[in-house]
Amino acid sequence: MYQYNNADHQLVAERVEQFSSQVQRRLNNELSEDEFKPLRLMNGLYLQLHAYMLRVAIPYGTLSSDQLRKLAVIAKRYDRGYGHFTTRQNIQFNWLELEDVPNVLAELTGVEMHAIQTSGNCIRNVTADPLAGVAADEIEDARVFAEIVRQWSTLHPEFSFLPRKFKIAVSAAENDRALLRSHDIALRLHHNDAGEAGFEVMAGGGQGRTPVLATTLREFLPQAGLLSYLEAVLRVYNQLGRRDNLYKARIKILVMEMGDPAFAAKVEEEWARIKDGALFLPEADIARIKADFAPPIYEGLDDTDPALVADLAKNQGFARWVRSNIDNHKQPGYGIATISLKSPNGIPGDVTAEQMEIIASIADQFSFGEIRVTQKQNLVLPNVRKCDLYAVWLKLDKMDLATANAGLLTDIVACPGLDFCNLANARSIPLAQRLSSRFRDLEEQHDIGKITLNISGCINACAQHHTANIGILGVDKKGTEHYQITLGGRADGGDAIGTIVGPAFPAEEVDGAVDIIISVYLNLRQDGETFIATVDRLGLEPFKEELYALA
Amino acid sequence: MPLLKNQRFIDDFWFQVETLDHIPAHTPLLVSLDQWQQHREVLLRHAVPLGLRLANDQPPELVTEDLAHFTLIALDFPKFTDGRSYSYARILREHHGFEGEIRATGNILRDQLPLLQRCGFDALVVPDRAESEGWVAAFSEISVVFQPTTPIPSPPPEAVTPSEINYNNIGFPS
Repeated sequence: MYQYNNADHQLVAERVEQFSSQVQRRLNNELSEDEFKPLRLMNGLYLQLHAYMLRVAIPYGTLSSDQLRKLAVIAKRYDRGYGHFTTRQNIQFNWLELEDVPNVLAELTGVEMHAIQTSGNCIRNVTADPLAGVAADEIEDARVFAEIVRQWSTLHPEFSFLPRKFKIAVSAAENDRALLRSHDIALRLHHNDAGEAGFEVMAGGGQGRTPVLATTLREFLPQAGLLSYLEAVLRVYNQLGRRDNLYKARIKILVMEMGDPAFAAKVEEEWARIKDGALFLPEADIARIKADFAPPIYEGLDDTDPALVADLAKNQGFARWVRSNIDNHKQPGYGIATISLKSPNGIPGDVTAEQMEIIASIADQFSFGEIRVTQKQNLVLPNVRKCDLYAVWLKLDKMDLATANAGLLTDIVACPGLDFCNLANARSIPLAQRLSSRFRDLEEQHDIGKITLNISGCINACAQHHTANIGILGVDKKGTEHYQITLGGRADGGDAIGTIVGPAFPAEEVDGAVDIIISVYLNLRQDGETFIATVDRLGLEPFKEELYALA
Repeated sequence: MPLLKNQRFIDDFWFQVETLDHIPAHTPLLVSLDQWQQHREVLLRHAVPLGLRLANDQPPELVTEDLAHFTLIALDFPKFTDGRSYSYARILREHHGFEGEIRATGNILRDQLPLLQRCGFDALVVPDRAESEGWVAAFSEISVVFQPTTPIPSPPPEAVTPSEINYNNIGFPS
C-alpha cells in the first residue's frame, strides 16, 4: 500500500492547523458563515439538516486495517457509533459537533487520513476501480495513476475555486467498475496498436439534473502527458466554465455548449504549450509510485482448492455467497471478497464501529491488512486465499456482514436522503430498507440475477439513479414524497441513461412497482438474459403496461 | 486599502485612473482595459509606467500583443470563490513571460494568499484589518507543495526559495 512520505505528513498536519484556525475564526465571528462555507467545504465539512457532516477521504478506496480501526474510534467517540460509506469511496460521519472537528482531523492524521477536497468546488478526492491491483481482468494497477493524480491535485493553487466540483476517476481494467462515464474526467488505461499503455481521456460526464455521459476527448494519451493534459483541461474549464448558474457550472455543460471538437481543440492548444514543461511525467517517477503499490507476497497456490470445493458442497448459504460475492483474483488460489453493507432492512453503506473493528481484524488475518471501499457502498477484502473463504464467511456472517447479494437486487445504492440531507425532496433510506426487506429471499434474488437499483432523494442524483437498471428518484409532489422510476440505465462500460417509465408513484406504492417490474422481467426474459438485456430488447412498453394497468 | 507586496505592507503609489481628464503628472497610471483600448496613444504619451486592470471576464489573451507596455497587471476577484484570475496569472507568467507586478484586487481572504502567490501574484490589495490580523503569516501556513507552478520573478529575501520547498516527488525540480 502507498505509504505517506514526509511531504504528505507535513501537508496534512499543516492543513489541520490551518483548518483549526479557520474554525476558530468562525467561532470568533471573524469569518462570516458565507466566507467560512467554501473553506469548510474544501475540508469536507457540510452543515446538514441536524448536524455537521464530515466526509473523510479514502483515496481510490484503499484502506488499511489500522485506518479502519481509527474510523471506528471516531465513530464511537465523536459520532453515534457508525459511519456511512459513500458512492465515491469515502466515509461520512453524520453527527459531529463543529468544535470537535479539528480533533477528529487530528486523530485522522495519525493514520494518514484527512478530509481534504472531499467537497467544495475543487478537484475532489480521486476515485478508481475498487478492485485495482487484484482483479483478474486488469491491465495495470489503476491506483498508481490515481495516486499520481491525487498528488498533483492536492491543494492545487490554480484549481481551488473552480466553477463547480470536479471529479476524476481512473480505471485500468477490461471492465468498468469506476463509473467512468459519469465523471468530469475519466482515465481508462488501455494499449494502443503499438502495444503501449496510455489513457483514453473522457470528459464532461456527470449526473445531477442534467445527466450526461462523458465523451472521449482523446483516444490515447501517453502516460508522460497525464498531468499536463489534466492541467490543460482544468485550465480551459476554470476560465470558460459557467459561473452564472450553479446548475450549469459543471464541465459537462461547457463541453455541450462548445461542442466536443471545439472543447477538445481548446484543450489540445493549451496542452501543446505545457506538455513538455514541468508536468512532464518521466517513466522513473511512475516506476517509483508503482513500487509503493507492489503486490503483497502471495503464496504459490493451485487455483482450485479442495477444502473450498468441500465447503461449497456442504453449505448452501456459503456457496451462494461465493457465487455472488467473490470476484476472480489475478493470483491463482486467491479470491476477492465483497462484504455486503446491504443486509435486509439495513441502511446501504452504514457500518457500525463494532463491525469496522471485526472487518479490520479479519483483514489482518486473511487479507494482508487491506480493505477496499466500492462505488456500490460495499467493502472488499481484496486478497483472501480460497482455502480461507469459509472461515471469513463464518466470521462475517456473525456480524451480519455476509449477505450474499453483491450485484443483485438488494445491493441497493442510496443517498442519505431527507433523513440527513438538506437538499433532498424525499427519503431514500426507508425505501431502501423496505425493498431490501421485501426482496430478502436470496434464492429469489440469485434467480433474478445481475441488476442495479439506485435511489436518489433528489435531482442532484447522488445515488446515480440515472445510470441504474432501475433508477428511483425522490420528488416532491404537492408536499408529499413521490418516486419517479427510470429503467434501462447502466454504468458497466456500455453506459446508458435510463428512461422515465411514467408518472411518479406515491411512497407506499413504490415497492409494489418494483415488484411488478421484476415480475415482467421474469415472465419475459429469455434463457440466461439479464434484466438490462431484457429491457434493451423489449423497451419500456411491457413494463409500462403492467405498472399503469390499474390507472 | 493597504497593499501587500512580496509579503510586506507598502504604500501604493499607483494612481487608479477614473477619467482621463484628471491625471496627475509623473505618477504611474492604472487603467482599465476599456480606457487602454480607447486612449492608448494618449496614455503612451504620458511616458509614465502603465498598469492594466483586467476584470475576471477579460482574459489576458485580449492584450497579449500589448503586454510590453505594462509593468503592472491587476486581476480582479469580484467574489473570492470566482477563481478565473488564478489561471490568468499563470498564463501571464508562464505563457507570456510577464515579469511585472501581478496584483490581486477585490474580495480576498487570507486563506487565499499562498494560492495566489503560487499562481504568480506578487501583490495584493487587502482589507484595512489585514495587518492587525497577521495576514503575512498566512503565506506560510502550508509549506508543502505538490505541483510545480509559476516562479515569481526576483523573489524577496524572506520568501521561500525553491530549495526550502518540500517538493513531493513527481516530475518536479529537485
